[in-house]
Amino acid sequence: MAVADTHAHEDHHDHHDHGEFIAHHFDGPEQQFDSGKLGIWLFLVTEVLFFSGLFVAYTLYRNHHPEIFDQAHIYLNKYLGGLNTIVLLFSSLTMALGVRAAQLGKNKSCGVYVLITMVCATIFLGVKAVEYSHKWDMGILVRSAFDFTYQHPEQTLIGGLSDYLVYLSIIPAILLVGFLAASVITKQSSNGVLSQFMLGLAITVGGYFIGVVIGYLFMAAKIGEPSHASIEQERPIALYAMTQEDGHDKDHADSHAEDKAGHEGDHAKDDHADHAHSGEGDHDRHDDAHAHQEPPEFDRDIGIFFSIYYCMTGLHAIHIIAGIIALGWLYWRSLNNHWRSDYFGPVDYVGLYWHLVDLIWIYLFPLLYLID
Amino acid sequence: MADHHDDLPRFCHPVSTKMLFGVFFGLIFLTILTVVTSAMGPFIGIPPALTFPLAMVIATMKAFLVCAFFMHMWWDKGFNVIAFLSSLLFVSLFIGMTLMDTGHYQETIDIFPREAEAAAAPVTPDATP
Repeated sequence: MAVADTHAHEDHHDHHDHGEFIAHHFDGPEQQFDSGKLGIWLFLVTEVLFFSGLFVAYTLYRNHHPEIFDQAHIYLNKYLGGLNTIVLLFSSLTMALGVRAAQLGKNKSCGVYVLITMVCATIFLGVKAVEYSHKWDMGILVRSAFDFTYQHPEQTLIGGLSDYLVYLSIIPAILLVGFLAASVITKQSSNGVLSQFMLGLAITVGGYFIGVVIGYLFMAAKIGEPSHASIEQERPIALYAMTQEDGHDKDHADSHAEDKAGHEGDHAKDDHADHAHSGEGDHDRHDDAHAHQEPPEFDRDIGIFFSIYYCMTGLHAIHIIAGIIALGWLYWRSLNNHWRSDYFGPVDYVGLYWHLVDLIWIYLFPLLYLID
Repeated sequence: MADHHDDLPRFCHPVSTKMLFGVFFGLIFLTILTVVTSAMGPFIGIPPALTFPLAMVIATMKAFLVCAFFMHMWWDKGFNVIAFLSSLLFVSLFIGMTLMDTGHYQETIDIFPREAEAAAAPVTPDATP
């Protein structure tokens, strides 16, 4: 930001001589604030329109293929999504409190609130990393890469960490070590503010690992759909008829596997309704009209749901990361005591952006996780 | 209501802590409500056709709370509010127009035989009976 030259100082004695960050082309703090505010609102308008393209894709696809959404949403853990929603709402609260603190010129508490907001953001990303890596382990990818034949590996989730989760965590791990080291080094060179800033960033990155642990415990405790846990542990996903009741999953998969072997003998142990259903599916699964009434299997296009899912949540996650960087800037300036009652614009603007990111998640959550 | 501080500049409008926490707990309540109605909908007598509209209504209530109080829109300049709300108008136009248009291509899509496509690209186990 352009910083005022000395003229601004001289010209604006009527503004309590608070012209330190008032750019020279503004009449005063109020005009600068209002201009910035209009700017950020216009930016948010473009953000809404940016996301709306994906919402259009979602709406059209759900409108035309509701059955795919019915099949696919089982793989999203709505309680984990709900947890993430609450984390993000809490970060919105701390952001709003941070704006209030900045408005009142309380730089120290503003810094604390901004730091809490950043930590919540990384917790969100940590939980998201667990969700993503778990899906990748199961071969649940975008349409073109969706792996129907994937055999669920023994070691995933229960036996050990997912490889993908380890890969995702490399950058945060490097950042964590780097920021901690930078904090120690700058402390020794008696640069207190910089050291505190680096420590704050280290705590922020640490939030990612808190999120990973929370998400991992959540998944390992199998909170969520009982069918989700049983499906993922016992069978390759392709053998499951996702529309069945939880209790019938195993029987149905058995009968279906035998059907695939090429005959339709009588399976006395099987649930008759289930059996008839899957036999029918074998003959008619390519018949579009029939499949739409009663999807007997994974639809071959189920990956399109996950294409949309990854695009929407991925774009949202990119916004979270951008938000963390912007919040880090606010944290730095809070530590340097820049905010006062007539100059708190940047906190307000970043706050508005942060609330918009929250706002988009408020819609993504029911649209993706709460399909029933 | 926002705090009144006579010593603050005109454009500085801190929202009371009480109100911020009130909004936060309202948002948490609505989040839990939307999860419960989604998970328990059939058991507590919500017709399946209504669960999705209900979830959207709850999401919109949450969006209102965030916009009005966390984003200070309640006290913001009218022009900013109009600018932001107009984006929602354009989004609804965008979605509405596309939805109206998309049905016109379904026949063309249906003409294409799915069996032929499945045989050409045997990515699913279903494609090889």
